[in-house]
Amino acid sequence: MAQIKLSNLKHSYYPNPQGPEDYALKEIDVTWRDGGAYALLGPSGCGKSTLLNIISGLLMPSEGRILFGDSDVTALPPDQRNIAQVFQFPVIYDTMSVRENLAFPLKNRGAAPDKIASRVQEIAEMLDVVEMLDTRAAGLSPDNKQKISMGRGLVRDDVNVVMFDEPLTVIDPHLKWKLRSKLKELHQRVQATMIYVTHDQTEALTFADEVVVMQEGEVVQIGTPVDLFERPQHTFVGHFIGSPGMNVLPCQATGDHAMFEGHEVALEGPVTGDGGTLTLGVRPEHVAIGESGVPAHVTKVSDVGRHFIVEAMVGQTPLKAVLDHGAPEQGSEVRLSFDAAKTRVYRDGWIATQERGA
Amino acid sequence: MKKRYLIPILYIAFLMLPIYWLVAMSFKTTNEILSGFSLFPQTFTLENYAAIFTDPTWYWGYINSILYVSLNTVLSVCVALPAAYAFSRYRFLGDKQLFFWLLTNRMAPAAVFALPFFQLYSSIGLFDTHLAVALAHTLFNVPLAVWILEGFMRGIPKELDETAYVDGYSFPGFFVKIFLPNIKAGVGVTAFFCFMFSWVEMLLAKTLTAVEAKPIAAVMTRTASSAGYELGLLAAAGTLTIIPGAIVIWFVRNYIARGFAMGRV
Amino acid sequence: MRTENQKAWLFVIPVLALVAFNALVPMMTVVNYSVQETFGNNQFFWEGLGWFEQILRSDRFQAALGRQFMFTAIILAIEVPLGIIVALSMPRKGFWVPVCLVLMALPMLIPWNVVGSMWNIFTLPKIGLLGYFLNDVLGINYDMTQQPISAWITVVVMDVWHWTSLVVLLCYAGLVSIPDAYYQAAKIDGASAWSVFRYIQLPKMKAVLTIAVLLRFMDSFNIYTEPFVLTGGGPGNSTTLLSIDLVKIALGQFDLGPAAAMSLIYFAITLLVSWVFYVLMTKDDQP
Repeated sequence: MAQIKLSNLKHSYYPNPQGPEDYALKEIDVTWRDGGAYALLGPSGCGKSTLLNIISGLLMPSEGRILFGDSDVTALPPDQRNIAQVFQFPVIYDTMSVRENLAFPLKNRGAAPDKIASRVQEIAEMLDVVEMLDTRAAGLSPDNKQKISMGRGLVRDDVNVVMFDEPLTVIDPHLKWKLRSKLKELHQRVQATMIYVTHDQTEALTFADEVVVMQEGEVVQIGTPVDLFERPQHTFVGHFIGSPGMNVLPCQATGDHAMFEGHEVALEGPVTGDGGTLTLGVRPEHVAIGESGVPAHVTKVSDVGRHFIVEAMVGQTPLKAVLDHGAPEQGSEVRLSFDAAKTRVYRDGWIATQERGA
Repeated sequence: MKKRYLIPILYIAFLMLPIYWLVAMSFKTTNEILSGFSLFPQTFTLENYAAIFTDPTWYWGYINSILYVSLNTVLSVCVALPAAYAFSRYRFLGDKQLFFWLLTNRMAPAAVFALPFFQLYSSIGLFDTHLAVALAHTLFNVPLAVWILEGFMRGIPKELDETAYVDGYSFPGFFVKIFLPNIKAGVGVTAFFCFMFSWVEMLLAKTLTAVEAKPIAAVMTRTASSAGYELGLLAAAGTLTIIPGAIVIWFVRNYIARGFAMGRV
Repeated sequence: MRTENQKAWLFVIPVLALVAFNALVPMMTVVNYSVQETFGNNQFFWEGLGWFEQILRSDRFQAALGRQFMFTAIILAIEVPLGIIVALSMPRKGFWVPVCLVLMALPMLIPWNVVGSMWNIFTLPKIGLLGYFLNDVLGINYDMTQQPISAWITVVVMDVWHWTSLVVLLCYAGLVSIPDAYYQAAKIDGASAWSVFRYIQLPKMKAVLTIAVLLRFMDSFNIYTEPFVLTGGGPGNSTTLLSIDLVKIALGQFDLGPAAAMSLIYFAITLLVSWVFYVLMTKDDQP
């Protein structure tokens, strides 16, 4: 058990990468705290599976190092890293019983038979699979198969990290939440570091203490679910997390004000840096309709149950607002005000305002 | 390069050696062959091939073989398609027994059927026609075709059929316009196998023909026995029989492994 | 799921008609001959089961059957493991895969009599590549037309050459259907190469191996043309397998009664053994 450090990691699937576009991972520096529950979130093809396979040792990175605690494991094969991985499709040794499946990783490492037996029993109890221990694994349902492959990961007590690669893909929707809470419970019991790869924000936000958001081979933000929601470091995070995602609007900026469609908008703090393309980011939840503010034309109002989603046009720019009550009529003219403390300017996608008091 | 690739390389070398020898022989003169061992043709000659392409009994042997093989392939695939569809989609009285009975015909030794086939096809006046050989070869090709096609069709979800009916297709319309394009690969692989087994079979083809439809294989045995050891000519004829197989296999190269597994992986 | 529909029979009728015409009529003929005796002139006399008894008791049949079983056992014992080994060591993707597959399949696309001729040319002493190499380079006395042992080995090697690729292609198809995750999980679980083979590859190849063994059994049991062209069943009767013997009796000596009885016995053995194989190899699949 140790903290895991990825330093200057780069990876390309081409033998001679030319430009940055040839890299599946561009430059990764992440430290995973021992015992933490992490989620690796990003759209398909953002490099999160590549990153996972590099940590597990199935892939050798083109550049950079992986440290488990103080030891450099970059060149070590997977079986010497003491890691466990659960794959998208359940991997089960068909010809073995459930018990033999769970015992397999211990047996391969030459553990004593009585230790294997007690450990298998313990894990089976944790996973609620005791009654199926002696059935053949081939006949199990997908969710039970996935439980067994998790069990194979957890059965070793020396694992540094357990990694989950979109483990709920093939599970029926009504069983997903069950397995998800099982996972959460397991994390609390075994205290191992867990990394959970997914493109589903609900899965990521409910499982993880900290979420690592990736896009096009780069880590764009690491933070708690609240951080990601409240203060996205990148327009991608703002847009990808939340439903609907953050409004990303064209703007110019001066000092601690932004100009949006000819109207002045207050920001959380002064704008830093210069050059690049500026955009204004504000979540729909932080847009209010009131007496003053930016004039807008309401194009659509939808009632999604707990709240209303209002779509409006400001000049030529569409934006969205989420209101708890008091939704305007479709077609009416309204004024929108942005919560200044949650309104920020982004330069080339990255956050470019300073938090007041920070 | 990985060391384990040595195994397939050695294996392929073992496969290619006799073929190389056949091809090398076909370019040698009879004199050179009889005068002793030579790894490469010393006096490269095309006279063996020239002999084949100028003698009608030789080249008609090829034409006859290709005719009955093509006829058999078309016939086998056409009758097997609806049957395979029935086996893959419906349960009906005696379906399992019927399927097994079909497969038993694949197990029947050709030697068992040689004589009765001769009598059967003589009595209905088809002896020494291409049709006779094509029909006789359906004995083992049709069960095989049904088996392979059924494997491929089972991989197509039934929802496809249902969607097509909802969209207003008639059964024949659905089968030709929707279903067939979906199992293109399967049909290609099946045709390949029918071609292959009909092309390589020799006992029945020889038994059922005399002059008019005599296959290339039978022409070769005649040459070998009557005209003494014309090894060069024999080798050239043999080399030419490899070519059609090599051409058709190139077309199905991407489906070959799955095809040999009868669509069942 | 398949639905119950008796109209499906309509789809099966063409196949049924064609195969029945080819299988049932000749089969009736064979059965008919098998219980009669003829002295030519189309005169037949009822023989009952006499021919069957005579065939089953004859040394000639028993010897041919013994050779047949030995041949099938030997080629299965060589081709199945060899096929698995070659399939396991083949590359899984890339440019070389179709090249390998096409080259490997090539022997199966050569007419069977050409296979015989090819091996004949290949093994001739003095002239053939193999014959020359064994006799004149290694100094091994090898002559297929004189020595039964050489003839046997040649027939077996020829069959290995001809058909091992079938096993390779089937196993390969099974292997490429295994998702990468299985290999990755095995690596992480610390499985040895043997464990990977035993618990991942072999189970996944089981279905295709069943097909491979069945096909190889049936086809090797029915083999006729290749050994006939290569050795003519000789020297002596040493490589006279069942089919060769049957054709000798039926078309050579025109002894229709015994030939027909032998055909039926032969067919029955093929069916029986295939069925036993089939049941043995698929019984694990039953829940």
